[in-house]
Amino acid sequence: MPALRKLADRLDRLADWTGKGVSLAALVMVLLGAFNAVVRYLGRFTEADLASNTLIEAQWYLFSALFLVGASWTLKEDAHVRVDVFYGRLSPRGKAWIDLLGTLLFLLPFCAFAIYVSWGPVSESWRTLEGSPDPGGLPRYPVKTLVPLAFGLVIVQGLSMAARKAALLFGGEPEDPVGGAGSVDGSTTEDAA
Amino acid sequence: MTEYLGPLMFVAAFALIFTGYPVAFSLGGTALLFAFIGVEAGLFEWALLNGLPLRIFGVMENLILLAVPFFIFMGTMLERSKLAEDLLHTIGMLFGPLRGGLALAVVFVGALLAAATGVVGASVVAMGLISLPVMLRYGYSEELATGIICASGTLGQIIPPSVVLIVLADQMGISVGDLFVGSLVPGLALAGMYALYVVGGAIMKPEAAPALPASEREVSGLELARRVVLVLLPPLFLILLVLGSIFAGIATPTEAGALGAVGAMILAAINRRLTWTTLKETMAYTTKLTSMVVFLLIGSTAFALVFRGLYGDVWIEDLLTGLPGGKIGLLIVANLAIFVLGFFIDFFEIAFIVLPLLVPAARILGIDLVWFGVMIGVNLQTSFLTPPFGFALFYLRGVTPPEVPTTSIYRGAIPFIVIQLIGLGLICAFPELVNGPIEWLESKP
Repeated sequence: MPALRKLADRLDRLADWTGKGVSLAALVMVLLGAFNAVVRYLGRFTEADLASNTLIEAQWYLFSALFLVGASWTLKEDAHVRVDVFYGRLSPRGKAWIDLLGTLLFLLPFCAFAIYVSWGPVSESWRTLEGSPDPGGLPRYPVKTLVPLAFGLVIVQGLSMAARKAALLFGGEPEDPVGGAGSVDGSTTEDAA
Repeated sequence: MTEYLGPLMFVAAFALIFTGYPVAFSLGGTALLFAFIGVEAGLFEWALLNGLPLRIFGVMENLILLAVPFFIFMGTMLERSKLAEDLLHTIGMLFGPLRGGLALAVVFVGALLAAATGVVGASVVAMGLISLPVMLRYGYSEELATGIICASGTLGQIIPPSVVLIVLADQMGISVGDLFVGSLVPGLALAGMYALYVVGGAIMKPEAAPALPASEREVSGLELARRVVLVLLPPLFLILLVLGSIFAGIATPTEAGALGAVGAMILAAINRRLTWTTLKETMAYTTKLTSMVVFLLIGSTAFALVFRGLYGDVWIEDLLTGLPGGKIGLLIVANLAIFVLGFFIDFFEIAFIVLPLLVPAARILGIDLVWFGVMIGVNLQTSFLTPPFGFALFYLRGVTPPEVPTTSIYRGAIPFIVIQLIGLGLICAFPELVNGPIEWLESKP
């Protein structure tokens, strides 16, 4: 089923693009966090208070963007932690079955449900153009919108994963060992090594 | 009938995460399934699940969890810029000509480095790749070489500023600073006992831990001294600065983490290692690991929300507070459960899934939570070392030459498991090891 695989490749590109893009937030938040820390420290000795709620809130806005938007890429890179005592011993077909069924039964319904329940508070936030309770803070509606967006991206990546596994299981051709999501053996937290 | 739904959900969640599907989504899926059952059984309304987005917004604003990407960034930067590797080489050259010197270098770097990362696999694999071949080439016994790497590699989890300690503190509702201070003495004591074991072994059985010939040093004494100053001192200074500023109350753990991450970049830049590739890899790893941790928390939150709706929390609390022996009974059950679970699931899952079930009961029985947290940390570290499932052994196996049989790795871990158990016993017998430093810091003006 080359069509399914081609579809999966195309969907993967979205995760790559958004994930690598948002990973820049890691650098920015580190620099911003250090700046905020220094400013708060210096503020104790000087009258001038350079600390601003805008910059303090920007820190956790970036943090939110990082883990929310990064989640689909994390899925694509198979870095969401698994308990692999049994999984690690399965054949590629066995793994594909787990991944296909897990995606259809857990991941897609849960993400769809998360979008559904967050829709109310998010649209309420947009309706009232919800601001920060602190003076000089940032508006809340954009960052809250990231929640349904993140689950939407995970759904897209979940579809890619399901398509790839279905192609492997029912396509009658061997999966190429490199590249595809979920083809990494062993534990997933440690891809640094 | 409905009173069995809580226990049933608990069992189902564990069965499902053991399929090997990513834990975050297995938990989310279980939550959804049992929410459906709970609503059908008339125990709660779907409105219960409206709590989920509010919890997610809460996680986004959580200033403690904000420290997680900062410390991951700092540790990854030190690793990817090869500063960590240089450190191990330099200390190895420094201590190598002593008997057991290389093993001591591993303990030292394990305590120092893992302090920066706090992720088990990374330090075990790094030290396994760098130090193991050298130790084996010069005739260290396979058992000692593999055992010391596994033990030192896991040590970082309970030495501040590890990421797991931050997550643990957040889940237990205690101060990160207190948990850092409380875990410092037990962590260093364990490192000290490892070192004593190595020194003792080198004296009793010199052939198991030989000295390296001086020729292995590659460089002259003066050059070595220069490297010690340039390679060893800067990261040491950085970590001391980060911890010191937290302990002295100058910076919050989150602020210290951000400063530490910038510090790691500056060190890399000074060593001309701050390339675009290094930076890109560091950012990518930080993104993936942070997302993994937080999504695990979101999945666990969904699970906990429904579990509570099914009165599962009441069930667990009754079970745990009604144990024979009260406090002691709970401690024994908690330790056994965590030890066994530690074979299969990682620190983060235990912190997010199991800990919220244990903490309310511990609080009711009047157990000091900081001490409890440190005990759990040491216990888990022991679990990661215990054959045949221990994570550390598994990671090391992956980077060990096939000539070294798995049984050697297993046998090598045993003395360190004994040391861990002694450490655990000491923490239970002398809670002052945890609380003393915290009280001392608080008593200072």
